[in-house]
Amino acid sequence: MKKFINNVENVENEMLEGMVDAYPEYVKRLPGLDVIVRSEKKEGKVAVISGGGSGHEPTHAGFVGKGMLDAAVPGAVYTSPTPDQILEAIKAADAGKGVLMVVKNYTGDVMNFEMAAEMADDIETAEVISNDDVAVEDSLYTTGRRGVAGTIFIHKIAGAKAEAGANLADVKAVAEKVIANVRTMGVALKPSTVPAAGKPGFELGEDEMELGIGIHGEPGTSREKIQPANAIVDHLLDKIMNDSVDYSGSEVAVMVNGSGATPAMELYILNKRVHDVLKEKGIKIVKTYVGNYMTSIDMAGASISLLKLDDEMKELLLAPADTIALTQD
Amino acid sequence: MAATKKDVLNFVQIFDQKMEEHRQELTDMDQAIGDGDHGINMNRGMKAVGEKLPTFQDKTIDAILKGVGMTLVSTVGGASGPLYGTAFMRAGMAMKGEEELSAEDIGKMFDAAIEGIVSRGKATTGEKTMLDAIVPAKDAYNESIASGKTITEALTVAEKAAWKGVDYTKTIKATKGRASYLGDRSIGFQDPGATSITYMIQSAKEAGEKAGK
Repeated sequence: MKKFINNVENVENEMLEGMVDAYPEYVKRLPGLDVIVRSEKKEGKVAVISGGGSGHEPTHAGFVGKGMLDAAVPGAVYTSPTPDQILEAIKAADAGKGVLMVVKNYTGDVMNFEMAAEMADDIETAEVISNDDVAVEDSLYTTGRRGVAGTIFIHKIAGAKAEAGANLADVKAVAEKVIANVRTMGVALKPSTVPAAGKPGFELGEDEMELGIGIHGEPGTSREKIQPANAIVDHLLDKIMNDSVDYSGSEVAVMVNGSGATPAMELYILNKRVHDVLKEKGIKIVKTYVGNYMTSIDMAGASISLLKLDDEMKELLLAPADTIALTQD
Repeated sequence: MAATKKDVLNFVQIFDQKMEEHRQELTDMDQAIGDGDHGINMNRGMKAVGEKLPTFQDKTIDAILKGVGMTLVSTVGGASGPLYGTAFMRAGMAMKGEEELSAEDIGKMFDAAIEGIVSRGKATTGEKTMLDAIVPAKDAYNESIASGKTITEALTVAEKAAWKGVDYTKTIKATKGRASYLGDRSIGFQDPGATSITYMIQSAKEAGEKAGK
């Protein structure tokens, strides 16, 4: 393992300190806690919070700020945060109009956020669970689909709705609408190494790729010989577009997300093909995000997310945001 | 002979040691079918419990168990934190006011812990989870006690049943937790949660042996 770390036990803590040192105008850390909140709290609005394991930076703390999240709760690397920390985030973020918790569909995250909501009995909370990963079979016999990079569209759109003064029920409703209309699929070229584990989470041959990879390195749908970028994009888009959202003739937002160790150069190559294919299919791209938004430590890989927009989601997606990792006027 | 507070503290301490000892083994198991951190997380949580043990000495048995549960909930994270935490907290609540634990009380603790795991995890047996070890262990324990065995004898039988349950997890596919993403590909692998909870039962047995009960 070759990493810029001092002590595996202290990775999360030092990362948060460094982040707050870099961006005091955006965020601050609640003393003694692993909770990141906006440096200036906005009163009288619904609070939107999210959280999950660390290692996905800039998710989630990088999206704390105007127009997106009010608080983020990073757990240990690839491990859900604990209910006591989430409870403190709920308390700190609540500005009198209730708190929406945006949770990715992992057993641990769901349980810990539920326990925190039970403990926060005097604060009104609501929860949405993102599950945009089409690589996982959605059936009664599994935990269900994983929440992956499409979750950032929830942060953006529900965050804008809350910023505009909507009530908790309406913020939750638009978050649910994003969940119903966003689909994602990823691919890995190289595995990631959890610092405390010290070795890669799985093995992948030099000429192999894992299609449908999860953001913690969970196995995907198949392992195949690597192909040209265009063929990989075609495969991912095919899976996404043949799922349950009908994208034909619609307006969409695109996210080409890097897993941490894939250069922007390659992400743009993927994005070019995404644009070419969608254009050919008569799908109009309203907004594209290309970059490292939801990483998997040092995994080489990428995911593609497509969000089918309606007028409400489009307006909220294009609304201003000012955070460490996503800023738009 | 009933179990005392000292035996309960001993059990917790032995479980802490076992999580240290089996940290790598549980992590390797989790790397095969999960996200590869079960041993790391359980070790971190039980280490935190171990550090708090001196402050538990003066507490009642139910408060000790609840304290263990709260500590696990706030330090383990993942799915194991809420599951183990809820199990210990419910076991503690079931023993409210008890100064000693009879053989039957321990059976009730098993029941309360299992109910907690079921309600928190919304799982049942046969889904390749910790329930596949602890449920048969509980049944074996209760049968042994009903036939007049001592606590340690019953826990010995319970541990055997739990290991059998661990072996059973190798033969089935996961339908709960992160391993469920693998579907049929999870068959053949041993469930890390079933394994760690078997070490917990083993710890209880060893605490019983040490106390000669």
